[in-house]
Amino acid sequence: MPKTPVTFTLNGAETGIFVDPGLNLLEALRREAGDLSPKFGCGQGTCGACTILINGEPHLSCLTLAVAAQDADISTTGGLAPGADLHPLQQAFADGFAAQCGFCTSGMLMAAKALLDRNPRPTRDEVVEAISGNLCRCTGYDPIVDAILDAAARVQGRVTA
Amino acid sequence: MSIEFRKDLFADERDDNLNEIGKPKQRQDIGGHVRGRTAYYDDHLFDGLLHMRCLRSPHHHARIRSVDSGAAERMPGVRRVVHPSDVPNNLNTLLSLIGFGKDDEQLLSDQVVRYMGEPILAIIADTEAQARAACAAVRVDWEVLPHVLDVEEAIAPAAPSVNPAYANNTFDYGPYDHVKLRFGDAQAAFAQADHIVEAEYEMSPIEQAPIETCGAIAAPETADRFVCHTGTQALFFSLGTAAKLLNIASSRLHFIGGTVGGGFGGKVDSITEPMAVLGAILTGKPVKFQWDREEEMQVGAPRGAERWRIKDGVMADGTIIARELTGFFDAGAYTRLSSYAGTKCTGHLPGPYSIPNVAANTFCVYTNRTPATAMRGFGITGVDFAIECHMDRVAEVAGIDPISLRIKNAYRDGDMKAHRRVAKNCALVESCQVAAGKAGWILGTEDMAASSMAGSTPERASIPQTALDEDGKINERRAGRTATTSPVKGTKQLPAGTHGRSHVAVPVQRPDMQIAPERVGHDDPAARGAAHAPAPVAPPVAAPLQPAAAALPAAAATPTPPRAQPAAASQPTPPASAATPPAAQAPQLQAKPYKPDEPFQRGVNRPGASRFLSGARRR
Amino acid sequence: MTEVQTIEQLGAAAQAQGHVLGGGTLLMRQVNYTPHQVPNILRITDPAFRQITRAGRQISIGAGVSMAQIIASSDLDFLAPAARAIGGPAIRSMATVGGNLFAPHPYGDFAVALLALGAQVQWADGRTEDIEAFLASRETSKGVVAAVLIEPPQMDALRFGKVTRTKPKGVSVMSIAVLITGVGRSVQQARVAFGAMGPAPMRSKAAEHALAGATLDATGVAAACAACVSDLAPVNDALASAWYRREVAPIHLRRLLLGEN
Repeated sequence: MPKTPVTFTLNGAETGIFVDPGLNLLEALRREAGDLSPKFGCGQGTCGACTILINGEPHLSCLTLAVAAQDADISTTGGLAPGADLHPLQQAFADGFAAQCGFCTSGMLMAAKALLDRNPRPTRDEVVEAISGNLCRCTGYDPIVDAILDAAARVQGRVTA
Repeated sequence: MSIEFRKDLFADERDDNLNEIGKPKQRQDIGGHVRGRTAYYDDHLFDGLLHMRCLRSPHHHARIRSVDSGAAERMPGVRRVVHPSDVPNNLNTLLSLIGFGKDDEQLLSDQVVRYMGEPILAIIADTEAQARAACAAVRVDWEVLPHVLDVEEAIAPAAPSVNPAYANNTFDYGPYDHVKLRFGDAQAAFAQADHIVEAEYEMSPIEQAPIETCGAIAAPETADRFVCHTGTQALFFSLGTAAKLLNIASSRLHFIGGTVGGGFGGKVDSITEPMAVLGAILTGKPVKFQWDREEEMQVGAPRGAERWRIKDGVMADGTIIARELTGFFDAGAYTRLSSYAGTKCTGHLPGPYSIPNVAANTFCVYTNRTPATAMRGFGITGVDFAIECHMDRVAEVAGIDPISLRIKNAYRDGDMKAHRRVAKNCALVESCQVAAGKAGWILGTEDMAASSMAGSTPERASIPQTALDEDGKINERRAGRTATTSPVKGTKQLPAGTHGRSHVAVPVQRPDMQIAPERVGHDDPAARGAAHAPAPVAPPVAAPLQPAAAALPAAAATPTPPRAQPAAASQPTPPASAATPPAAQAPQLQAKPYKPDEPFQRGVNRPGASRFLSGARRR
Repeated sequence: MTEVQTIEQLGAAAQAQGHVLGGGTLLMRQVNYTPHQVPNILRITDPAFRQITRAGRQISIGAGVSMAQIIASSDLDFLAPAARAIGGPAIRSMATVGGNLFAPHPYGDFAVALLALGAQVQWADGRTEDIEAFLASRETSKGVVAAVLIEPPQMDALRFGKVTRTKPKGVSVMSIAVLITGVGRSVQQARVAFGAMGPAPMRSKAAEHALAGATLDATGVAAACAACVSDLAPVNDALASAWYRREVAPIHLRRLLLGEN
């Protein structure tokens, strides 16, 4: 079966891959583009572990057709840290014990980033709503919500801790 | 997160000048988690990775008349159709590695399926989509059989037999079809009680539902080995299970665990690992076997369903003088870990309360439901739910404050538990006091003054004369010769003060770890010599608990001392390791460090030991 | 295996064979789990597919418009509560109006709101169809839905509620949309639509009949609430039994009508 070429920007880098036409973007990113940060948890849109940003908006990569990502601007947790230093969200998750097994963390971080990019000073309810499509089974949601609020505060220079 | 440390409680039992405990600390693996760099099993990329999918039963119980995989074999991308006959040793039970229970489950079922979703065949293809399409193209002629989904229906004489290894639909806790716990004389005590409180409780199965589904990737490796990356929670369990099912020396299996994407007990069943390794053996290629979410929910073994009937004899002042429990663990179609749940649970009865007369019958029952397995405190959480609901009911009947009732009956240090061990480090009284305070629940001064460290009496600390019965021997119930599932009136008497089987003679699994914990991985002859002296040491963790059998003169159950317990080999293997003399033999003094004195053996041929756990030094 | 065909003009979609890709939240699930059932995917890139346009009182919502677009549109604030009820933010930036029209039980909450509004469904070949007729025959109908056409209701005339077992988000135990025309608390006319209470979103004409001329208070809505069950055909699923759904439907309808949520 002939493969289809797809080109997009992945965490700022021009990327080109060849995929089977029916392949989802999660598998394409992981197997073909080598970005293993989005995770497979369900393949049906219930867990959110594969959440990425496409053109700044949160998307579930497992439910995105890879060939439809042509020319898209894709961001993943793999590209979140600017360098040796962590992104404020990552730092807040680390400091606040907001990741236990870590499997939902990539998706949580991307869902949180989508929120903070649009709404830098969210309320607690808005944070809860922002991660309402992301399931966590071991950390518990409270530390995650706290960490996202903490990250927002850090960015705003309202660090209290 | 706010954690409150109540250092005022039991202050003299503990060193509170600790450097780490009680202080926030960043996880050592957090950097990988937040950068998305933590490698789970599926984060190992292999060129030419093949994908394996299973064809599963749509029926609860059915005979396989025929399977036609011809069309599937010819479909694009299909590399191999894996039949049950491709599994070299296609019968296993998980706990066979510690010598508990009969082999009762096939990796791929060849004749009969016993639960919905049971796999009968696997297809390996270039892509997952191709494997899925090929599975859909296999034609199976099913002969649907009558099924049973309820535990008590399953043990009725006319019920369909679920699992041929246990044709009575109950696990064999020889010589009985249930675990017995007898302490005092519950039947006699009921006659003395002011109130009798009886009720039934049920818990449904609970799926562990880790965000990462179960799976493994296996590939041929150098030195005639196969590497297997897996999300297992029990790496050496999975290694031993794969070695047994595939009849391959464990030294040829290079199992690599790592961070597990959530497990909660659902990743100990060691199914995906032998499947993936089998795929790699049959194709010579890297093979991934990963459950999707629907499989995780449908065939991933859950915490099993339980049904409990509890009958309490209660005095007017709230003292519980007798408790009778009848429990049914729904194992589903195969044993997995449910047999262990039954014994573990019975060791926990009658809950954290000092009750002088206790009788319990605990059944591990086979039904045509998804096999059950471990999940966070399994064997305990379900019956605790039942017991605590029942405590509230008792409080209501006796007209006593429910927390006060708990404090009154709670274990005190020094009390004798129903399975004939002394209660120590008790804390229920204090937990009740703190919980009441948090809830703004007013307790009387007597309750607030109570302490777990005071209140035991010689009477509470003693083993009473115990009524025994021989009701419910294996095969009797299904033949209709045993009428009830509840404990019956005992006719024989076990004298007061009789302990059960002594555990002292059971050698520890790893004497060097016990005696010289700082020397893990090194062989210390002095320590080994010391360990083989009969010392009062704890029984091996892996040994099945036998609280009930321990109380019985007719105790005839699994490993009898002083036979060595096979170890779950968790020790690093030296490059060319050897089997050392088994524990039962006289220890030989050896120079340090340890050196093998025999060539490496593939498998261990010793009665009672799994010959598939090789490679590591064994005792 | 699955092939993908890109369609640049909506008009051309009418002749194509395959499954139309909206946001992928339903179709890609099928591709992931049963790829052999989806041999052809039609991917429509016509910009009109994803546009919201207004002509006079009539608003045309392209079938490819996402829930996030609905929420962001100042013309469609009356539909925002229904759009917000769909999934989490990621699902909402993907899931489309057209996909929701075809979403099987227990999904399709947005279509419930469209049903209450009395929307018209516009096919790519130019046909339009009343949404009620569309939903009744959607399992067998062929073609590509291009857009839905609606007229904005009076202020606060459309009420939407979704009942879930998990908070803040979950799959429907049921969803209810009610469009009320009237003055103050007195109802002239009502359209009552239920989701997850049958094979497709459905109206309760018995409740509508009972509401006509009623007053929106506890006594006034009692007859409608009691009557609604007769039109519903719920099924058992993992979320709730049919029995439970029937039992609680009148209560949730009352809460929605009286603003008790």
